[in-house]
Amino acid sequence: MSRIKQRFEELALGKRTALIPFITAGDPHPDYTVSCMHALVKGGADILELGVPFSDPMADGPVIQHASERALKHHVSLTDVMKMVKEFREQDQTTPVILMGYCNPIEIKGYDEVVTAAIESGVDGFLTVDLPPEEAEDFNQRLKAAGIDPVFLIAPTSTDERIEAICRSASGFVYYVSLKGVTGSSQLDTSSIKKKVDLIRKHTDLPVGVGFGIKDGKTAATVARVSDAVVVGSALVSRMEALQDQPDKISDEIQGFMAELRDAIDAVA
Amino acid sequence: MPQAKSQTLPDDRGHFGEYGGRFVAETLMEAVTELQEAYEKYIVDPEFLQDFDNDLKYYVGRPSPLYFAERWTKKVGGARLYLKREDLNHTGAHKINNTIGQALLAKRMGKSRIIAETGAGQHGVATATIAARLGIECVVYMGSVDVERQAMNVYRMKLLGAKVVAVESGSKTLKDALNEAMRDWVTNVDNTFYIIGTVAGPHPYPAMVRDFQAIIGREAKEQCLEAEGRLPDAIVACVGGGSNAIGLFYPFIDDESVAIYGVEAAGDGIDTGRHAASLCAGRPGVLHGNRTYLIEDPDGQIIETHSISAGLDYPGVGPEHAWLKDTGRAKYVPITDEEALKAFHDLTRTEGIIPALESSHALAYGEKLAREMDKDKIVIVNLSGRGDKDMHTVAARQGIRF
Repeated sequence: MSRIKQRFEELALGKRTALIPFITAGDPHPDYTVSCMHALVKGGADILELGVPFSDPMADGPVIQHASERALKHHVSLTDVMKMVKEFREQDQTTPVILMGYCNPIEIKGYDEVVTAAIESGVDGFLTVDLPPEEAEDFNQRLKAAGIDPVFLIAPTSTDERIEAICRSASGFVYYVSLKGVTGSSQLDTSSIKKKVDLIRKHTDLPVGVGFGIKDGKTAATVARVSDAVVVGSALVSRMEALQDQPDKISDEIQGFMAELRDAIDAVA
Repeated sequence: MPQAKSQTLPDDRGHFGEYGGRFVAETLMEAVTELQEAYEKYIVDPEFLQDFDNDLKYYVGRPSPLYFAERWTKKVGGARLYLKREDLNHTGAHKINNTIGQALLAKRMGKSRIIAETGAGQHGVATATIAARLGIECVVYMGSVDVERQAMNVYRMKLLGAKVVAVESGSKTLKDALNEAMRDWVTNVDNTFYIIGTVAGPHPYPAMVRDFQAIIGREAKEQCLEAEGRLPDAIVACVGGGSNAIGLFYPFIDDESVAIYGVEAAGDGIDTGRHAASLCAGRPGVLHGNRTYLIEDPDGQIIETHSISAGLDYPGVGPEHAWLKDTGRAKYVPITDEEALKAFHDLTRTEGIIPALESSHALAYGEKLAREMDKDKIVIVNLSGRGDKDMHTVAARQGIRF
């Protein structure tokens, strides 16, 4: 059983909603990423999403793009990101890690090499933003054969037909992007989120995570009421950005932020 | 009027062989699907095509002449050189053919706002122009570096009523402007139409832009038959994203006797690494919604390109060109900044035509090619734009400041 599936089953037993933070690997400096990952887990994260820096992150807003740019100043590559996961695994063999990023760094290495390296370093899933199911068949097959979960996005504009196709391709969980726009946009409309999540559940038994627009305990709790997982990205990365010149303080800061979200989410259950 | 396609590509998922496709985030999928449906509906709609033809004729001034460059031919001393005069179009380049097509489509789709990305500013100006004519709100994204380099075009766009947004992210050039326009589109998809300026982007853009630009090749073919009684032996066009080139090439793809040459910007020279020649020196990857040849580092990060001509300064290329390269139907060749500049001056002095620096790359290769060919052979070079916009760049090379 994949680590992601196992984690969701454990959570379901305890009737808990997953907390999934996103940080960009190598932001603000590659030396801090692994300790940040551990801090997130200590603060209450259930699954980690690790961003693979890319020069042209079209689907991200300014916050995540700047994180990518900070990491790229240190030439952080997909290979480096895998190494960080491997190092993280020395102390943590249970928390699932998903690599979130864009297609080209994967394409240039080749699918087979990426899958081999992912197995070797303990990566559990890939969420490749610009690789929709219709272009993902090759990569998906290889991931699934290796027991790695391909995670896909569902958007507010996704039609029934597309939701069906996405759920067929996905494993681990599906990720509902709760707003139109790019990461870090601001509005959050709970009743429409609930409607869409209910619709997604008609197509799949996979857990449904919700992200985009979650910035504090209150919004996290709101989303936790209707989903299986709360994904938080830009709000977390902004906190890291604010401390980029004092990187020693980042671990404590993000651990505290995770704990705040954790408490808010658990209070819902 | 766009003819029935003689080729069968792309397939229904937008693939030209292994290239093209639709590599976009799910958040954009509905928007591109909606666009594809509208495009497929209207490209065969007689009323739409009539509107498009009328605009090309009365607003753009088509057909553009196929001009026999007699003095230049004599100077080169080889094949007969013809110029397809896209520089004579309204706004001074081929870009307007496509922006009119897409703007008419936007209007049919009920979109009240159009957005565009631009590098040198030509596509931005062409978009702002048609937006003014149709009375549609227009926002143009432009890298902040380009905003500074192309102050005149920024002013032109503003005069036309467009809002120009300077993009500060990444390398602050064309590719970043494209990223930013995509973000705008994702956010405002309900009322916004994104007019991409070249044959790149997710399906259906590469096919759609090609079909709107193919008027260039259809006219050239007819005009050549009329002037010479036969098809040309070779056709030549510059390739950045590749829209003027595909516009010329597409109607000739089935004519096997016609050799096809795409000319890329070699900048300071391919071996210096300072160039923009994705097909000559790049490798396949995925960027801006399609799989194509890219200029990238060993980690798959897109790197900054260089060319004296801002319009060729793009790290990717249209996926149909990638396919034409791999199948061998078209040949892609590099021309350096220096070679392009020489051709710029040559044409200006021998024909009294000041070409755009982009087109000067095609002219430079056209000279090389014609020189090696017999005098009874025919070469058509696409003169994709006029050079007024490049006065500052050329003058600066000669140490002149205005």
